[in-house]
Amino acid sequence: MSESNQKPKVATVWLGGCSGCHMSFLDLDERLIELADKIELVYSPIADIKTFPENVDITLVEGAVTNDENEEMAHRIRKHSKYVLSFGDCATTGNVTAMRNRFGTGELIDRAYKELADICNAVPNDHTLIAQLRTQAIPLHHLIRVDAFLHGCPPAPDEIWFAMNEFLQGRIPIFNTQFLRYG
Amino acid sequence: MSSVITISPVTRIEGHAKITIHLNAKGEVEDARFHVNEFRGFEKFCEGRLLWEMPGLTSRICGICPASHLVTSAKAGDDILSIGIPETAEKLRRLLVLAQWIQSHALSFFHLSSPDFLLGFEADPAVRNIFGLLKYDKEFARKGIRLRKFGQKIIEYLGGRRIHTPWAVAGGVRESFTIEERDKLLQWYPEVLETALMALETIKQIHGQFTKEISCFGNFHSLFVGMVGAKGELEYYDGNLRIMDSAGNIIADNINPREYYNHFGEASESWSYLKFPYYKPLGYPKGIYRVGPLARMNICDSIETPLAEQERKMFKDLTPTTEAVNNSFYFHYARLIELLFAVERVEQLLCDPAILGTHVRSKAEINKLEGVGASEAPRGTLFHHYWVNEDGVLQKVNMLIATAQNNMAMNRTVRQIAMQFVEGKKIPEPVLNRIEAGIRCFDPCLSCSTHALGQMPLEVLLYNDQGQLIERRVR
Ligand code: SF4
Repeated sequence: MSESNQKPKVATVWLGGCSGCHMSFLDLDERLIELADKIELVYSPIADIKTFPENVDITLVEGAVTNDENEEMAHRIRKHSKYVLSFGDCATTGNVTAMRNRFGTGELIDRAYKELADICNAVPNDHTLIAQLRTQAIPLHHLIRVDAFLHGCPPAPDEIWFAMNEFLQGRIPIFNTQFLRYG
Repeated sequence: MSSVITISPVTRIEGHAKITIHLNAKGEVEDARFHVNEFRGFEKFCEGRLLWEMPGLTSRICGICPASHLVTSAKAGDDILSIGIPETAEKLRRLLVLAQWIQSHALSFFHLSSPDFLLGFEADPAVRNIFGLLKYDKEFARKGIRLRKFGQKIIEYLGGRRIHTPWAVAGGVRESFTIEERDKLLQWYPEVLETALMALETIKQIHGQFTKEISCFGNFHSLFVGMVGAKGELEYYDGNLRIMDSAGNIIADNINPREYYNHFGEASESWSYLKFPYYKPLGYPKGIYRVGPLARMNICDSIETPLAEQERKMFKDLTPTTEAVNNSFYFHYARLIELLFAVERVEQLLCDPAILGTHVRSKAEINKLEGVGASEAPRGTLFHHYWVNEDGVLQKVNMLIATAQNNMAMNRTVRQIAMQFVEGKKIPEPVLNRIEAGIRCFDPCLSCSTHALGQMPLEVLLYNDQGQLIERRVR
């Protein structure tokens, strides 16, 4: 067995968010080099993706659950991950992604694709090809059990580093007040 | 018609960019489409918010280029206040936009594209990413990581944090810059310049290696759109718009970005959440245009930093005549020339004493009920258009996003590849590779689209003229 197979398997997933949480992960900068020795990245938007694998140790989930595909994915993540981490404010509270909740989906879609389009051949509604919006965008833990929450929009790299190291040592991270901030 | 689909049920696959190919009655490719899956509704839910919070709020559209949204939004605010901002504030905002270019272009090349080039398109997908690259060539990857860090560090020094700082506001910026921070960046500069030059050397070697691939994807005619400065130079913060055709003729120039809507329209379709901007005089879909590095490099007459200007001249030599460079593969090259420009220009700005001024914000009330802001984001021209009431409460918002403006071009790229390679009822394997690489040239900001940043997993669906699914391939 190759050495890499024994490292903890880490996945990062992007649901309804802006990718800022993932960018904050990349803001680990040179610490990424260290991390590359400690983990195996098995699924992530910054790496190759096929399907979400089985037997993942730690999964970081960015973004709120905002459409039917996110929902399916969230269940798959829970089924195949030992620990699930709500990664940032959108996953934790719905945050900016949930700001659409005070409007109906029809209203949102009409504004963007009818009123603000010069030519509207159709609004995006072919759901055999594209995802269908949920009426409400919801935080991840409204749908699946979550083991820990990283705050921040996005979480600071130091916080991500702390969380990763706790997990890698088999502990669920407990964040002290320094890391407990939204926004 | 879904009941007649018998070959395989269409289940969408999370994180997969979806492509559909449509055949005509003779079994020839008639159309091919790139479907974008993401919608968050900013244009509606910003209604009712205050003008002052729009820069911080709209930066949340995208974690890759938040500083571009921040500055563009602040500029729409300047327009509504109808004021000029202090010289220091303008220079600091320029610094921020350049920092954004550096971090985003570094990400595009080092973290996302270079694993393909260096490890090879055929390498094990499991290692074709930044972590794989770290194993393959740690020094190269480290340099890329540090170059991106340089850009992010500038943003952090200016705005107090790297991602989603609320630092720029209508009328200027919130905080001034310090000598200590400037000096740290100047010390770092030689390393950054060296890395930018190395990246350019690397892409030129790649051009030699992949001549065959380069010639056959994303090579088509379209218009090119972007900002240029008063002398026709490459501009990123405050120029007028120029439009060039594929033969290299300037067909419109000196357009005030405030009037973008007289020139550009958007169309919507049932099969994608990404709208289809087009050049109005040519109509939809004829008015296809490209924005971003390739467009900017084509339309500008010069670059105001010495090393990047030398490189621009070599870029021009890619075509023997005055024709524009039409091949989308050269997006990569153009992006790295811009990266070099941004690095050089940052140094020039850091050496300008005006950036250390302390008057950084002009104050005014709401003076107009409508305003437009525009700037060159890493992926192309970005417009924010706001309508407010007398209290500065947003009534309506329109945004023309850089990646959307390449939407028709990405679709054209996919169609071109499909026409070249799909025959009969089969989707040959290499098509998937090529489509992936073809779309990647545009470095689409997938935050507004498919949620795949690195290796784009693909699902390609082939339909016959009856609209029935006849083959499906996934990778
Ligand atoms: S929490 Fe903030 S940074 Fe993260 S996805 Fe949501 S908006 Fe983006």
